[in-house]
Amino acid sequence: MMVATKDMPLKEYVLKGNAACAGCQDMVALRHAHKALEGDVIQVVPACCTSVVQSLWPKSGLAIPVLNTAFPAAAATASGVRAALKAKGNDHTMVMVWAGDGGTFDIGLQALSGALERRTDFLYICYNNQVYSNTGTQRSSATPLHAKTTTTWFGKAETEKMLDLIVAAHEPVYQFTANTSYPRDFYDKIMKAKEHPGPKFGHIFLPCPQAWNYPVEKGVEIGKLAVETGYWIQWERIGEEFILGRQSKRFLDPEKRKPIDEYLKMQGRFSHLYKPTRDDKKIAEIEAFIQHRWDVVMRTFT
Amino acid sequence: MPERVMFTMGDIACAEGALSAGCRYLGGYPITPATEIAEWMSIRMPQVGGAYVQYEDEIAAITSVIGASWTGVKSMTATSGPGVSLMLEAIGLAVMTETPLVIVNIMRGGPSTGQPTRGQQGDIMQAKWGSHGDYQIIALTPASVQEMFDQTVQAFNLSEKYRTPVFVLADETVGHMRERLVIPDEKDLKLEYRKTPTVDPKDYLPFKADDDLVPPMALFGSKYQFYATGLTHDERGYPSDKENVQIELVTRLQNKILHNADKIIDVERIELDDAKIGVIAYGTPSRSAKKAIKDARNEGIKAGLLRLKTVWPFPEKQVAQLASEVDHIIVAEQNLGQVYHMVKAVAAPTPVHLMAKPAGMPQLPHEILTKLRDVNSM
Repeated sequence: MMVATKDMPLKEYVLKGNAACAGCQDMVALRHAHKALEGDVIQVVPACCTSVVQSLWPKSGLAIPVLNTAFPAAAATASGVRAALKAKGNDHTMVMVWAGDGGTFDIGLQALSGALERRTDFLYICYNNQVYSNTGTQRSSATPLHAKTTTTWFGKAETEKMLDLIVAAHEPVYQFTANTSYPRDFYDKIMKAKEHPGPKFGHIFLPCPQAWNYPVEKGVEIGKLAVETGYWIQWERIGEEFILGRQSKRFLDPEKRKPIDEYLKMQGRFSHLYKPTRDDKKIAEIEAFIQHRWDVVMRTFT
Repeated sequence: MPERVMFTMGDIACAEGALSAGCRYLGGYPITPATEIAEWMSIRMPQVGGAYVQYEDEIAAITSVIGASWTGVKSMTATSGPGVSLMLEAIGLAVMTETPLVIVNIMRGGPSTGQPTRGQQGDIMQAKWGSHGDYQIIALTPASVQEMFDQTVQAFNLSEKYRTPVFVLADETVGHMRERLVIPDEKDLKLEYRKTPTVDPKDYLPFKADDDLVPPMALFGSKYQFYATGLTHDERGYPSDKENVQIELVTRLQNKILHNADKIIDVERIELDDAKIGVIAYGTPSRSAKKAIKDARNEGIKAGLLRLKTVWPFPEKQVAQLASEVDHIIVAEQNLGQVYHMVKAVAAPTPVHLMAKPAGMPQLPHEILTKLRDVNSM
């Protein structure tokens, strides 16, 4: 049974008046993660949007202890925090990394790999808005095929890195994908993470109005379309057990997926695919990647 | 291309300077306040047949630049202090392998994350001493949008001529200010290219220097076979743990910069001929100082400015000359005193006064004027 909204703690750990942009989906994710953790957490954050939001003068944006660390080093810093807590006899506080896609897919990948391999008892959350937003929307290796950024002016030529497979190769005790359009589902996954000592990894799909160029109120709609078009797959893996998420189950069948245009057309970063006319070839390439990801995920995990 | 005039920011002037110097490769990684250079290059490089590649971190970015340079393409990276911190090991590798390349550091407030959107001049010593071991580096300090262009061209020229990494050290204010930029006609630019070997391949010694202490550079993919390594190596490029090889190599690497210091160093002397107080500044604070000495002269205080356009190798002769001419020296820099220590060492016994400001707003003209009045009344 999924948690009912009324059963979530009322206490807020993401404070009002912080520096997040209007429509920031990162706040949705942070808010629900911290409701699930209820304050017994040390959060480690590398350079990313959250590092600004949590701290911009004169306010402190989060009501929990936060260690803001260097860009390449979030998972390593968390490893140190965990080791020291263990030395102090603390086995209950969650050590959680909250890192963007740049700090996870790119510069932070080595540290993440090391922490997973050492079986560090921590939860690594990558909130993926598919771009370096903090510095003004440059491409990252999580940026999808054909998306415009300020360093890929005519659309990115490469497909995104399938990070989940890299992480899965480290065999974390618990791994999941989530989407801010389904916050109750995300809450449940954080609750589940608390039950599994050892390395845990969560990958959250997170629409960004600034970088993706859509009206600020459309974030939830776009997040849902990502699932309904089959672009984003909701799944969990507890040890060897793979669970295809209830939101994604029906979209395993390509026939049941909504046309990808519904998802792409809402975002300015893909606008060049429709001007002056629909770029059938490039959109077909995006569709092919979507199917490819389904095939790889299902082939690997089932 | 004929002369062009733009009204643009320092970061973009830097990128255009690099292109005019013949740079055709930038390996980058996003970082405030240098990102505009990468963004501009991501548009411009394909237009001129070059490449902009964004890497997964700064270590990858700079090492890609080393690789690119060895194929014969003028190459660069652009970053800020935290990025340079990650690049330091590779900067040592570039020094040791004598790889020509340009590193642009648009300096922001530090240490650590500091103030990413505010300028500072805190990385002067990092540029010189950041990587381990004894080595010399060249670092230029532009103070205007035009100089961002001109000195980036100069940086490439020096890197090619002396086979060394060269820093363009600009504070954030210079990187982000907008001013008039005149891009000269290509034929009016004097460009340098690394010398290449002319000997028969079987006689080629890749690290045997000429009289100027710089060895000709064969390129990967050419007919010359060689090995480039960060290990101490002899003239053949073979690694060696012998004492004499180490001493010979690090001494030559040091001397190829120091012995050519007169050709490398560039300073501007303003109103110094009859000055009693000399201000030393570089980058944005030098602009305030220029106004301050003018105001001071209107009050009858004989002040002048020595503006450093090169900080490494340090302009020891020029500072020593100033010290012999004036009664007092004031150093105004946007840090807690870095060039100050170099000036003090060279200027003794002339008293040196520090105007330190480790923050985003540079010393303002009236603040420097107040200091000039104080020193004048001593």
